[in-house]
Amino acid sequence: MELLIPYEVTPRRDTGVNNAKLGIWLFLASEVMLFGGLFAAYIFLRMGADAWPGMETFDTHEMATRADQVLSVPLATLNTVILIASSVTMVLSWASLKMDNFKGFRLHMGLTILLALGFLVVKAFEYGSKFSHHVGPDTNIFLGIYFVLTGLHALHVTGGIIVNAYFWGPGTRMWLSGNERDKAHFTNRIEIAGLYWHFVDLVWIFLFPMIYLV
Amino acid sequence: MATKDDHAGSHEGHHVGFWRKYWFSTDHKVIGIQYGITALFFLLFGFILMLLMRWQLASPGVEIPLLGALTPEMYNQFGAMHGTIMVFMGIVPLAVGAFGNYVVPLQIGAIDMAFPRLNMASYHFFFWGGIVMLASFFVPQGAAKAGWTSYPPLADIETMGQTMWLWGMVLLITSSLLGAINFLTTIIQLRTEGMTFFRMPFFVWTQFVTAFLLLLAFPPLEAAGFLQLADRLLGTSFFLPSGLVTAEGPLEVSGGGSPLLWQHLFWFLAHPEVYVLILPAMGIVAEIVANNTRKPLWGYRLMVYSLIFLGFMSFIVWAHHMFITGMGTAISAFFQVTTMIISIPSVVILSALFITLWGGSIRFSTPMLFALGFLPMFGIGGLTGLPLGLAPTDIPLHDTYYVIGHFHYVVAPGTILALFAGIYYWFPKMTGRTLNDTLGKVHFWGTIISMNGIFFPMLIQGLAGVSRRLFDGGLAYSFSEPVLEYNMVMSVSAAALFLFQFPFIINFFMSMKGGKKVEKANHWDATTLEWSATPIMPVPHGNFETVPRVYRDPYEYNVPGSDQPYLSQDLAPPPATRAEALEKVEA
Amino acid sequence: MAEAMTVSDVKKHVRVYLIVFGSLLLLTLVTVAVSYFDMPLGPALAVALVIAMVKGSLVALYFMHLKGEKRVIMWVLAFAAAFLIGMFVLFIASLLDQEMVAVLLRVT
Repeated sequence: MELLIPYEVTPRRDTGVNNAKLGIWLFLASEVMLFGGLFAAYIFLRMGADAWPGMETFDTHEMATRADQVLSVPLATLNTVILIASSVTMVLSWASLKMDNFKGFRLHMGLTILLALGFLVVKAFEYGSKFSHHVGPDTNIFLGIYFVLTGLHALHVTGGIIVNAYFWGPGTRMWLSGNERDKAHFTNRIEIAGLYWHFVDLVWIFLFPMIYLV
Repeated sequence: MATKDDHAGSHEGHHVGFWRKYWFSTDHKVIGIQYGITALFFLLFGFILMLLMRWQLASPGVEIPLLGALTPEMYNQFGAMHGTIMVFMGIVPLAVGAFGNYVVPLQIGAIDMAFPRLNMASYHFFFWGGIVMLASFFVPQGAAKAGWTSYPPLADIETMGQTMWLWGMVLLITSSLLGAINFLTTIIQLRTEGMTFFRMPFFVWTQFVTAFLLLLAFPPLEAAGFLQLADRLLGTSFFLPSGLVTAEGPLEVSGGGSPLLWQHLFWFLAHPEVYVLILPAMGIVAEIVANNTRKPLWGYRLMVYSLIFLGFMSFIVWAHHMFITGMGTAISAFFQVTTMIISIPSVVILSALFITLWGGSIRFSTPMLFALGFLPMFGIGGLTGLPLGLAPTDIPLHDTYYVIGHFHYVVAPGTILALFAGIYYWFPKMTGRTLNDTLGKVHFWGTIISMNGIFFPMLIQGLAGVSRRLFDGGLAYSFSEPVLEYNMVMSVSAAALFLFQFPFIINFFMSMKGGKKVEKANHWDATTLEWSATPIMPVPHGNFETVPRVYRDPYEYNVPGSDQPYLSQDLAPPPATRAEALEKVEA
Repeated sequence: MAEAMTVSDVKKHVRVYLIVFGSLLLLTLVTVAVSYFDMPLGPALAVALVIAMVKGSLVALYFMHLKGEKRVIMWVLAFAAAFLIGMFVLFIASLLDQEMVAVLLRVT
């Protein structure tokens, strides 16, 4: 019953893109508005707040004047590096397919997934250290928005891991079939998954300075 | 993808099971009908909630048969859920999910939507979102009671029904987002050869702009929904200011949040949402008006430009819902100006439709009656909105029945009449049978008269200052006494409206199996592809025998110099005329 | 553009990716280092935002192949960007305007 929808693999002549590419960019545009809405909320709340971060530091118990007195900048910097690296391995995995190098794809995609898992582990340590000081999202507005923004981002990372793991494992049968159209289709899929993954990286690039540094 | 070697447009003969065919179908036409039937059910359900409320308003405290007297809690639940169900589970799924899904691919000459499985997923997200909403009536202390706008702080401290409301909204929003991505990709990528943007039927244009609005306006509400969920489940206080005191004493939260933040994020969606409700209706009416006046739409391009402008402007008018929140004068002036500006393109579209009528030999078919009903009703809805768009007049009118009257004129006798018009117009395409005309006319006249009986008195009550939130309809306030009698008029009209839906319901189900069979595939002598290029009825999976090619503008009715009554979009120009045309160009 | 690439094109791209990777790491270090200068909020925000935008643009232009991308995708992103900026500006403006009203009320 399945129909062959036009422009699934090949680009349409007048627009120059295939369906999936346009689709993922539309999805990313909506994601921009989703995180944009949360950033707008962050700005709104911060501008209305009497003090920011508005809580005591964990060691000296004085009122913190900067976010980095209550959040761990080293861990977040580590995570930034991890996520950027995973973005690079992602784009290299796609480039490997373009060069017909399946082993290279497996390697780089595998690294991407491992790095993403590493990101989540670091995140878990970060959250854990907050909970061990008995603070959480309900402590104040600053920690609330910190947990919601980074939590939603972590959910996006998790989603990316699931998608990438599928393409690393069972999804490869499309490439292994050896059919040229299927191989092109698979390469497209990796490009689309990559676009999503880079977007997750992009969000973090803005999250990191906005929450941790200023 | 399983059958890659098949050529485009073919459909396999082997049988598929019932579930695969009707429930997990990837065919845009089946999904459209799924959406349509589910949405009609929700519309009826939401309407019944309102009937119960109107019973209470007309005769406060009198017991309803089988249900007993309405408690204030039930009244608030019904009010909140009526709004939510009608907007998010009734009208949008019917206008976008049903008509958009069924008609758009046919009208642009596509064999299906760009992502058929995503399309199926979006229906199922919608369905389960609806189920979660309905289930919320059965949780302890009932469904959400904070209004369809869910304003905090009230919504933050509400009972469990509100959490269900939020989860339901997350599902409905996801469904709309997936649908919007699919519509945009389909319209941009799958237009058939010759179907340029300015040859698209106006209905496709309205769906195109609507999808953009859904795509970019819904995510901020989803963000707000997550924040409210965090407030309710994680104990944050994004929307709770410090020092909040409820009936149970001071609230134990960290505070520091802002209830206004929710209003901004909510209305950032909900104003574009108003246009999501009205634009597809305009599209349906435009199709039917052109078809039944046998004339091209007057100012097609002007209408399209107005539509795009409308889409843009709808993102920067939202705070006219918030004039009484103590906003500053400069920003208030800004939003008043943008609000006045946005009324212009709506008026342009409405005027263009009126001018199209001029000099046409109008066929008063049932869909045309509904479309003609839409025009003045939407006009009233739009004009009564002007005082609400200006702060000095909005401040006394805010939260009165005037507001209810205004937006119901837009969506009830406006959008819903247009949706009925669409059902009468496309039913023959969907089933191969026509709806009964006599019953249709009874339905039309009964509906339009009783709708006015409901909503016009609201404007009067509102001007007298009656608040929209009163459980007793204003009985407790002496100033509402002169207009109190209208409560009975409105409730009787609402009951009449309910009764006048029976001709439609009977007609709908009887005609599916027993209606008059249509004699030819192009039942309405229409020019657009969904009628002219699909000779097989019902339209099979894959839509076309051969994918049509488009040669013409969408509404070539009674073209001067042509001996045909109409020229459909896929009608190739005869070679001779082409040569003549070339000669003319050269000369 | 990505569709019609030859193997040597891709190899050139890979070099670019690695250069971008290096720049991103460098910029991350810079933004962290700058944050330790204890600047007032205004300048600190400006520097952080500028660096974030440069980094974001690098990711979008090179990793997401936005450089040389087709017009239709640019349009989609332009719409999203326009509405996003509109939202930010109006959110901030409504707050500032309210503060101004509060100040005026206090004065009179």
